[in-house]
Amino acid sequence: MSSLSNVAGAFPATRPRPAIHERPDMRPLRWLGKQKLSLLIPSALLLSIVVASILASVLAPYNPNALDMQQMLASPSPEHPLGTDQLGRDVLSRILYGGRTTIVMSLIGTVATVTLGLVVGLTSGYIGGRFDLIVSTLLTVLLSVPSLLLTLAILGILGAGTEGLLIALIGAGWVGHARIFRSSVLSLRETVYVEAAESIGASRGRILWRHIFPNLMTSVVVLATLDLGALILTITSLSFLGLGVQPPNADWGTMLNEARTYFGQYPLLAVAPGVCISLVALLCNLVGDAIRDVVDVGH
Amino acid sequence: MGRYVINRLAAAIPTLLLLTLTAFLLNSAARGDPATNALRAGGQEPTPEAITAYREQLGLDDPLPVRYATWLGNALQGDFGRSFIDQREVSEILGERIGPTLRLGLAAFIFTTILGVGAGLLFGLFANTWIDYGGRVGSLLLASIPSFWLALLLITYVSEKWQLLPVAGYGGLKFMILPVLALSLGPAASLMRFTRSGMIEVWRQDYVRTARSKGLRQTFLVMRHALPNALLPITTLLGLRFGQLLAGAIVIESIFAWPGMGSALISAISGRDLPVIGAYVLIAGVLFIVVNLVTDLGYAFLDPRVRLDATGGRGA
Repeated sequence: MSSLSNVAGAFPATRPRPAIHERPDMRPLRWLGKQKLSLLIPSALLLSIVVASILASVLAPYNPNALDMQQMLASPSPEHPLGTDQLGRDVLSRILYGGRTTIVMSLIGTVATVTLGLVVGLTSGYIGGRFDLIVSTLLTVLLSVPSLLLTLAILGILGAGTEGLLIALIGAGWVGHARIFRSSVLSLRETVYVEAAESIGASRGRILWRHIFPNLMTSVVVLATLDLGALILTITSLSFLGLGVQPPNADWGTMLNEARTYFGQYPLLAVAPGVCISLVALLCNLVGDAIRDVVDVGH
Repeated sequence: MGRYVINRLAAAIPTLLLLTLTAFLLNSAARGDPATNALRAGGQEPTPEAITAYREQLGLDDPLPVRYATWLGNALQGDFGRSFIDQREVSEILGERIGPTLRLGLAAFIFTTILGVGAGLLFGLFANTWIDYGGRVGSLLLASIPSFWLALLLITYVSEKWQLLPVAGYGGLKFMILPVLALSLGPAASLMRFTRSGMIEVWRQDYVRTARSKGLRQTFLVMRHALPNALLPITTLLGLRFGQLLAGAIVIESIFAWPGMGSALISAISGRDLPVIGAYVLIAGVLFIVVNLVTDLGYAFLDPRVRLDATGGRGA
C-alpha cells in the first residue's frame, strides 16, 4: 500500500486529482453508495433487526416477563405469533426484548473496544519510542492468551452478571484492535502526505486527526461489524451458561437455557432465539466481508 | 535456527510472568478473610487468636511481592491453594479434569484440522464452481451458528428424538461424537476459508504456472507444488485453532456434562471460587503458549524464510 502511494507521489498530476479541500475520508463513503446488493441487503436487514430490538417496548405485544399460567407452552396463534414458553410468557415479546438486551450490550461492547483500541493504537503507533515499546510488549503479552480466557478471568474477579460480563468483554476485547490500529498507523506514518504535513509544521494532534484517523475509518467500520457479530455469540453463550444476563430478564442466551428441557416437544422455543443469534452473527459477517471486498477492490 | 528458538523462547517469558501474576491476583483477591473462611469450614466460629495464628501460618500478613514469590514457588510444585467452596486442593480438582479436557480437545483438534484443511483445499481447487459456492455458503453459516445452540440441537434431535447417541456424560467414542461435532464445526469453518484462499493464492504463483506450462499432470502439480506451499502458513493457524478449541470447550463441556477443566471453570465463576479460576487461567494459558511455541518452531523449521526474518538476518 505504501509503495503505491510513493509511486503516486513521484508522478504527480498525471490525471486530475481531487481538489485540495476535499478530505480523503469521503472516498470510502462515496463508493459505498455505489456498491452492490451484497452489501446493501445484509446491511439493511441488520439495521432493521437492530432498530426493531431497540424499539422492543413499542413493538412487543406483551410484557416479556408477564406470566400466564393458563397459556403455558401454547402453539403459535394470532394472539401469540411465536407461541408461549413454559411460564406462559409471549415468545415474540421475549425475543424482541431479549434482542434489545443482547444487541445493546454488543453495541456498547463494540463501541468501547474499538474506541479503546483506536486510542491506544493511534497514540502508541504515532508517538513511538519507549512508550510504544512498552505498549506493544503489553499487547503481545495479552494477545498470547485466548481472549475468552482473559474475559473469564476478569469475569471471575467481578462476578457473573450483565455489568461484569460487559466490563470483562471490553477489558479483553480492545487488545486485538489496538494491535491492528497500531500497525496501520505505523505504515500510514511513512506515507508522503503525512511527511508533507510534517514538513509544513502541522502539529501531532492535527496530523493524527486530519491525516491518519480518516484513513483508518474503513478498518474501523470493518472491525466493528465483525466484532459485533463475535460479541453477540460470546454474550449469548455466557448468558446461556448463567454468567451474563440473569433471569427473569430476557436475553437470547438465557431464553435458550430456560427452555432447554422443552425443546423436544416445542422446537420453536429452541429455534426462535437460536435463529436470531445466528442471523445477526451471519449478517455481521456478511456486511464485514462485503465492506472488506469493496476496500480491496478500491486498492 | 538456534537463534530463532532462543528468541522465540525469550518472547514467552513476559507472557508467563503476566499469567502467573493474574493467577496470583485472582488467588489473593479473596472475598472476606481467607483464614477466617478456612477455619470456619471446620464448623464453628474461630477465635481471634486462632485466626491470627492461621494468618501467620499462611503468610497472609507478608508484603505482596513476598506472597507472590511464595505462591509462585508453590504453584511450580503444583500447589495452587484450596478451593473456597469445598476446601479441596485446587490441584486435585483440576488435576483430575485435565485428562478429559485434553481428550476432547485433541479429538476436536484432529477433526477440525482434517475437515477444515480438507474441505478448504477442495474449495480452493474447485474455486468458482458450484462446489466452491456451496462450501463458502456452508462455512459462512457454520461460522455464524453459536456452538452451544448447535450442541442443544444435536442433543435434542440426535440423542433425545432419534436416540442414536447418549445425551451427555463421559465415556468412549459414543459420548464424544456430539461434543466433538459441536466444538469443531465453527473453528473448522474458519480454517476452511483460510485454506481456500491460501490454495487459490498458491495456484496463481509463477512456479505453479511454469510447472503447468511444462505439461505436468494435474495430480502431480497439486501434490508436489501447490499443496506443500498452501499448507505451510496453515501450520501457524493450527496453534491458534487449538486456543479457540480450548476456549470453546468451556461452553461445550458444561452442556454435555463432560468432566473437564472447562465445566469446572464455569461452576467456579458462578461460585466465585477464585483459586480455581486463577489456576485454570494459568494452566490453560501455559498450555496455549506451549502449543503455539511448538507450531511456530515447526513453521520455522519447515520454512527457512521465517527464521531468517525473525533473527533480523538476511531475510528482509
